[in-house]
Amino acid sequence: MKPAEVRARERLGQAPPSLEVDGLTFAYPDGHPALRGVGLRVERGERVALLGPNGAGKTTLVLHLNGILTAAQGSVRVAGLPVGAPHLHEIRRRVGIVFQDPDDQLFMPTVAEDVAFGPANFGVPTDQLAARVDAALAAVDMTGHRDRSPLHLSGGQRRRVALATVLACEPEILVLDEPSSNLDPVARRELADVLGRLDATMLMVTHDLPYALQLCPRSIVLDDGVVVADGPTRELLRDPDLLRRHRLELPYGFTL
Amino acid sequence: MGAGHAHPLHLPGTSPVHRMPAEVKIVAAVLLVVCVVATPREAFPVFGGFLLLLGAVWVAAGIPPGWIARRAVIELPFVVLAVLLPFTGEAPTVVWLGVTLSEPGLLGAWNILVKGTLGVLTSLTLAATTPMRELLHGMARLHAPTLVVTIATLMLRYVDVIVAEAGRMRVARISRGHDPRFLWQVGATARGVGALFLRSYERGERVHLAMLSRGWTGRMPQLQPGRTSAAQWLVGLSPVAAGVALAVTGWVLT
Repeated sequence: MKPAEVRARERLGQAPPSLEVDGLTFAYPDGHPALRGVGLRVERGERVALLGPNGAGKTTLVLHLNGILTAAQGSVRVAGLPVGAPHLHEIRRRVGIVFQDPDDQLFMPTVAEDVAFGPANFGVPTDQLAARVDAALAAVDMTGHRDRSPLHLSGGQRRRVALATVLACEPEILVLDEPSSNLDPVARRELADVLGRLDATMLMVTHDLPYALQLCPRSIVLDDGVVVADGPTRELLRDPDLLRRHRLELPYGFTL
Repeated sequence: MGAGHAHPLHLPGTSPVHRMPAEVKIVAAVLLVVCVVATPREAFPVFGGFLLLLGAVWVAAGIPPGWIARRAVIELPFVVLAVLLPFTGEAPTVVWLGVTLSEPGLLGAWNILVKGTLGVLTSLTLAATTPMRELLHGMARLHAPTLVVTIATLMLRYVDVIVAEAGRMRVARISRGHDPRFLWQVGATARGVGALFLRSYERGERVHLAMLSRGWTGRMPQLQPGRTSAAQWLVGLSPVAAGVALAVTGWVLT
């Protein structure tokens, strides 16, 4: 399918799923396999948590979604578009990745410039950038900080600005890599409030199981490079054997 | 070094000089320094004229002269050499308070001192009225090489991150009994610098990936609308016109 075709089908209300991954394999240069035939599907408007222990291949999978890494075998489709060279730019507009460390993501001298960076790259005219920036900062409750340096923000504020830099690109699917890591409980809750308000398709990579339960009705468990479970988050988290087998654990005192 | 926060060389304000587009100020500052350098060193009163000209800009920008003067001491290490010239220069000599001084040496020292000082004062005026990131925007609009502007932009952002990382690594070393006062302990510091390099390098990789994910194509996009008008150039370059007149006066006088 080509970008024009996808847009035509979107207008007819028959949009293809936001994300389809099929038989995806990937090995590191030293030959160690990271992904061994991953298959999953995320429909439009769904919120899905991708759970798994450290080293399960979660981040490797994320880097395949916008073509930073290319599939050795198998395929990734975003809104029906195969991830690959001919329309990589379009793919990267549609897949908004919020990386784990906001200091890796926020590189411009001010918040507003950083939020404008993505849309400017994706061809939003200069005179419309300010409106995009304002809307994205409003969506994450950071309107008052547009001219500050990311360096002078708290960890939680930085995380929300990193989210805004991606929202400003108006992605088809929002991919969050460990959104709650390194946040204090209040910042964690504030981010959850913001994420809960967004009506974007979302793939949230995490091992914060209560966060997955709070925000994502559906979860996928990835371990050792394969999908080992896929279902309603609450049901998966109620299965102690499943959790134990894949090095997942609910926090102390947390019961369902 | 954070933009929007206090930088030691920047004096935030809203004067007409502050609001002038950065590229106009950069060009004006460079041309003014060229005028100063082109003025013959014997035209003593003309240099007073340059100082008055800068003084007028400070008044317009609301910069207290003391503020500039304190920062101008940055020049001192660079003009030490000039102090030596009157003692080491050749004949003819003059005797002043019993000290024999070389006349060409004196003139040479005056030349370095006055032109250096005026150059530093001009640069300080530019820095005081223009935030760092505006300077970078100005350079980009003046078609400075994209790569240079991009590297400078990233440095502006990451220098503090790397310094903070180095600080944390130092505290961690000291907490484990490292006492970097002694030469034989320099090894741990050196390995720390090596680790810092690797960390910065890895961070560079991750920043690049994150930039690619937001559609980075190798050039900085234009983020702000608006062009600099001819009127702004005219107003901004008017001190340069005065500078040219001063330089010409200098040549006529000598």
